[in-house]
This record gives sequence, C-alpha cells and structure tokens, in this order.
Amino acid sequence: MSEINNQNNKESLEHVAANGLINRRHLLGLGLAGAGGLIASSVMAADSTRVEIPGWSKVPGRDPSGYGSPSSFANSYQRLAGAPSAVLPGSGVSRTPLHLLQGNITPNGLHFERHHSGIPAIDPAQHRLVIHGMVRQPLEFSYEDLLAYPMQTRIYFLECSGNSGANTGATAGDSSAAAIHGLLSCSEWTGVSLASLLDETGIVDGATWVTSTGADGASMGRSIPLNKALRDVFIALYQNGEPIRPEQGYPMRLFVPGWEGNVSVKWLTQIKLADGPANFRDETSKYTDLLPDGKALQFTYPMGVKSLITSPSGQMSLRRQGLHEVTGVAWSGSGAITRVEVSADGGRSWADAHLDGTGQDLALTRFRIPWLWEGGPAVLQSRATDSTGQVQPTRATVLANYDAVNRYHFNGIQSWSVSAQGEVKNVYA
Amino acid sequence: MSMPKRRELFALACSALLSAALVAQETPSLGTPVSEAQLQGWDLIVSPDGQGLPSGSGTAAQGKEVYIQQCAACHGLEGQGGAGVPGLVGGSTTSRPALLTVGSYWPYTSTLYDYVRRAMPPTAPKSLSDTQVYQVVAYILHLNGLVDEDVVVDSASLPKIEMPNHAGFIDRSQVQ
Repeated sequence: MSEINNQNNKESLEHVAANGLINRRHLLGLGLAGAGGLIASSVMAADSTRVEIPGWSKVPGRDPSGYGSPSSFANSYQRLAGAPSAVLPGSGVSRTPLHLLQGNITPNGLHFERHHSGIPAIDPAQHRLVIHGMVRQPLEFSYEDLLAYPMQTRIYFLECSGNSGANTGATAGDSSAAAIHGLLSCSEWTGVSLASLLDETGIVDGATWVTSTGADGASMGRSIPLNKALRDVFIALYQNGEPIRPEQGYPMRLFVPGWEGNVSVKWLTQIKLADGPANFRDETSKYTDLLPDGKALQFTYPMGVKSLITSPSGQMSLRRQGLHEVTGVAWSGSGAITRVEVSADGGRSWADAHLDGTGQDLALTRFRIPWLWEGGPAVLQSRATDSTGQVQPTRATVLANYDAVNRYHFNGIQSWSVSAQGEVKNVYA
Repeated sequence: MSMPKRRELFALACSALLSAALVAQETPSLGTPVSEAQLQGWDLIVSPDGQGLPSGSGTAAQGKEVYIQQCAACHGLEGQGGAGVPGLVGGSTTSRPALLTVGSYWPYTSTLYDYVRRAMPPTAPKSLSDTQVYQVVAYILHLNGLVDEDVVVDSASLPKIEMPNHAGFIDRSQVQ
C-alpha cells in the first residue's frame, strides 16, 4: 500500500532542477499523507508495542534558574575551537557550528570568536571610550553614560575576512561547514550611533577617517572612512537583547555593518578622527588582498555576496533515501539577499530556493528547498544574488582574481558531494 | 552629462536628511571633556607621516640585544620566523610564494613602530620602553638591509625610511 503511494507521489512531484530538486509549493500542496509516504515508509511498518508515559512526566522537574543553559542532551552544540596558541597567548578563533543551527540568528554563546591577544576582563565601571583627534571637543564616555543614550536595534551578520579561506587551498579538505565557514554569525545588535556621538564632539574640517583601537592586550586597531562611519556605524552594547559577551567586546564594540569583521573593533576604547588611515598592522600586513601582479588591495571592506548549504554538508551522512530539506544561509555585505539558487548536479541545473529570512540588508537569510535523494551521487551547490544584482561567483572565478597566498574575502560557491552511500564531503567542482 | 533636474536634487536632499535623522539623534550630552595632553602615553597611534611617534631614538646596534632577548625566541635570530610566527625578513615584492614579511610587504615604517609598541611581545604587550621600541625597529629594518647599524632612528628619521613595497597597495576604501 505505502509502496504504491510512494511511487505515485514520486511521479507527481514537480521537479524544478535535475537530480531530485522539488518544487516546495507543490510539495506543501501534497499534504501530509502524500509527503509522509516519501519521507519514511518505515513509519508505516511501526510495531505494536504499547506507548508508555515517560518517567519525566511522573516527577516534578528542576527549579527555575537565574540564567538558563541548553539541555544536557543538546551539549553537542559547541563552537569549533582550536587549540591554544603556544607562541601567541590568547590568539585564535572558535567557529560557529553552522551545520547544527537553524534560522537566522546565532545564539550568543555560539557566535564565532577571533582574538589577537585573548579576551580582556574589563570592569565596565573603569572602562572609557575616548573620541579625539580631528574633533572640536575631545570627549570621554563611560559605559554608564552610553547606556543613557538613544539606541538603535538592527540584525546584522558578522563575517571574518578570512572566513572560508580553507577552500582557497590546492586540495579540498574533508571538513565540516563549521570548520570551513564558521567565522560567520548573525545577531540582533543594539547600541548608540557613532554619528550621534560625533555630533556631540563636532568634526574638524578635513577629517576623513575614523581610527579605532580596543582595550585588549594587542590594542587592536583599524581605520574606516568617515563617510561610512556617519552612515550606519554604531557602538554595540547589546547582542540579542543582553550585554555583549566578553568574547564580542564587552562592555562595548564598534559595529560596522556588512564589512569584514575585523573592523568592528572589540573592547572599543579609542576613536580618533584623522585625515588618513593609521595603516595599522591589521590593515597593511594583514587583511590586505595580494593580487597576481604583486600589488595588493587595501581597505577591501564589504564582504561579498555568499551562501552555503549547511545541511546536508561536509562530514554528514544521509541515513535514508527519500525526501530531504536542503537548507543553508546567504548574506551580502552590499545589501539584502534577493535570490538563492540550488543545484544538485554540480551547477548544471539550478532551482530557486525558498527564502526564509527577514529580507533585511546585511543579515543572514535562511533558504530551503526539498530534495528527493534516491541513492545516486550528487553535488549540492548554492548561489546567492543580492539587491545590488551581484551574483556569488564560482570558486575558480574568485581564485583567478588573487595571488595564491591570499586567504581573504573568499566567497566562491561551496560544493558538497553526496556519494551513493550518502557520505557528504567538501569538494571542488 | 546633463544637469540633474531640480526635482531629483530635492529628492536626493530629502533622502539624505532622512537617513541622517535615523542615525544622528538628540543626545543627553553626557561626554566629559578630555584634552590631548591627557592622552599622551595612552594614545599609541603612529601614522605614516610620523604623527604619534614619541621622543627618544635608537640604533640597530642597540636593538640587537633587545631583539635577542624579546623577539628571537619566536621570530628567529635572523628574523626568519617560525612555526605559526611570521617572518620579518626575506622575500621580495616579486618573488613567489609571497612571504609578506616586513621588508617585502609592509608599506610604512610607522606600522612597525605602532605594532611593536602596542602588541609586542605577545606575552607582555606594552612592556618595552619607547626607546627600546626605536632600537628594535631599527634592528628589524637593519635585518632587512634598509638601515645601517649605526643610523639613529627617531621621530624625524623613521618616517623618511622608504619601504620597498611602499607603492604596492591599491586603496579601495571608497569601494563601498
């Protein structure tokens, strides 16, 4: 009986691209009975064991607590953290487990980290933000001062410039989505606009740049043009409703929407207006993009239009044939995501995925598309388009633009191969 | 190119006002005045024109000892670098693979002073005196063949030392 239903449904599914990609609306139209037949025919063969009331329904549970934590059964939701550096204390990264998460917001405890000299333990009562240089009146603000200012709330992604750099290497590593792309997160950030603070200090004619440094051991610094600073840059004080975490710059960080994460200086303590960039170590020696001709691009701030499939993704296994949801995230440092296409045949045919995001500029956009896997090999890819019309390029196209050592600003299309056994692997295709 | 129509200009002005209104709000004006003099020794930014360089000076000959004590364990006696530690010396603007060292890649000497003073050595950043930083900067430049060992490096001379890759960067800051 179920076999027959299954067969009928397969034939009636509306294929929108080769190798099993299905029209989502059509699938929803089939209803539960129709889709259910495809999802797991084994359900139909359930045994006749009596269903029991579980033990936890027969005792009171634990008491409320001051600050919640995830279920002990969900303790695999962890950042992918590297071993501590022996030579650079506190320097390192941890990556967001993108392949485990859903939706568009990253939990605060899973937001990626990149530190250059560890996480300072800052007492907010002792912390100061100084705005000086080419301003009419240099001013100092305490944390408490800033808490009293008018605030703004926005959802923005944050991506490290070196994210996905692993896939610029000569051979494709057998890695997870988190290991390759996990220097990417998205939060609701709340804070005080830099423009309003600069309104208070005044700006001297001729000032064109804003240089910022943090209060960490490395006193990490970056420069951004004043026109961007006045457009949408703010001092972030809250992340997803609570004070930003120490890893994210507590008590305050600069937030520069859409631009490489490094310019959103954490533990922000100094803003100095100038008539040129400071040319800090992290905007000359690092975070510059070497070209094939030996020149290097400097101050390449916006992150390119990009997407990746988070499920199924590298090192996962498909345990059954049938219907799967292919899902992932897309984002652009230049605008909103307007389209994500998915391919199951290595880019030969494409179908539009359903966008399940906010449609906002500079935020992650979840995409989804049904996929009927019938045990054959497949190469899954996604390709994003943003509101400025930019389309995510292939890996080869991106690599051709740079010298071989460059690891920054890689936004090439990600390919996951699926073997006949259902093993999912990172491949170059 | 034709002049924009008045109506278009008006629309532009309106949208500029609107976006400005979104970000520049009335504030409670809680900032406390501070003077640049108060920030001396706290503001560590050194820019390519030499602004921010402190008083003091050093030579490579003096810097060798500082380098051996503070830097060589990680960066190597000759500045060749080590596992997970960038090399300071070697390569050129044209050799491949690109080594991206101070001598072959960094565009300005100011960056070297700025970075060493604010962030080095990693176990005790900001522990070197301004004079020690001048000395070790002179030594790293000397390892790269850019200054003789007795050249006095100070706030006047350091910005004038031209790095081999000073013209190697393309400013993309207005591609937003």
